[in-house]
Amino acid sequence: MTGKMAIVGDGDSIMVFKAAGVSTFPVSDEKKAREVLRKTASEYSIIFVTEELSKSLGDFLKRFDEAPYPVVLTLPSTSGGSTYGEEFLKSAMERALGVDILFNNEK
Amino acid sequence: MSRLNVNPTRMELKKLKARLSTAVRGHKLLKDKSDEMIRRFTVIIREDKALRDEVEEELSEVMRQFSVARSVTPSYSAETAFSMPTVAVRADCTVKSIMGVDVPDVKLVEERRADGLPYAYSEITSEADYSVKKVSALLPKLIKLAETEKAVRLLADEIERNKRRVNALEYIMIPQLEETIKYIRDKLDENERAAIVRLMKVKSMAKN
Repeated sequence: MTGKMAIVGDGDSIMVFKAAGVSTFPVSDEKKAREVLRKTASEYSIIFVTEELSKSLGDFLKRFDEAPYPVVLTLPSTSGGSTYGEEFLKSAMERALGVDILFNNEK
Repeated sequence: MSRLNVNPTRMELKKLKARLSTAVRGHKLLKDKSDEMIRRFTVIIREDKALRDEVEEELSEVMRQFSVARSVTPSYSAETAFSMPTVAVRADCTVKSIMGVDVPDVKLVEERRADGLPYAYSEITSEADYSVKKVSALLPKLIKLAETEKAVRLLADEIERNKRRVNALEYIMIPQLEETIKYIRDKLDENERAAIVRLMKVKSMAKN
């Protein structure tokens, strides 16, 4: 099965992905993003979402966690100071292992 | 702890014993599964962390470069330059199984034309070239990250579910069965003793 890739995000930053061959869906607000995601989920197998957007969507993205596809990936934020990756890893670790195996030596 | 609500008969005892042995075997199996899944999970999550750090760094660089490119070109010409991609990326999507959990397995298939830039060099600044090239180069990594991250999510879910099963067996099901078996056995023994005593009584009455 071959799948297509899409990126859903706000503003200009996603335009560069278009040049690389990824379908882009610029969205301006949360409501629009939900709509677009619902539509793209059945058509695309890999969906990138910008961090700003995924923060406000929160639980909505969890519904994609149950099946292997579509794969929804939150891209690190472009404005820097990204915490999503760390938070995600922490919560996954907490649920599965109950202990922190990655970040405990940083403190 | 509560025992099951069953009749204290030999029949039930036999049934419960069979159930207990299944439960114990199942518990052992699930526990082994849980151990192995956790081992795999730790490997994958470390990989995911390394990959994410890498991607984060590279992507922010690309974005910085791209915003430079954007800022020196008028937005309409940038839009036209980027709107017709010449590269078609497709992902070859299959499913692989980690300990019975289906996780995505994605391979990138790229159909590239010429230099892979969707516009003429005269149209736009060279910063754009770099960022487009970098994004194309970054794409396999992004996909790999998407794949591992999904695997982390799915595995974490499965581990949690499995843990609940193990605990239910260990702390509820097995003790309950054991207690019920003990209860039935006691009851049966009691009945037997009562029967013997009754017989002796009758026998002594018959003698006199």
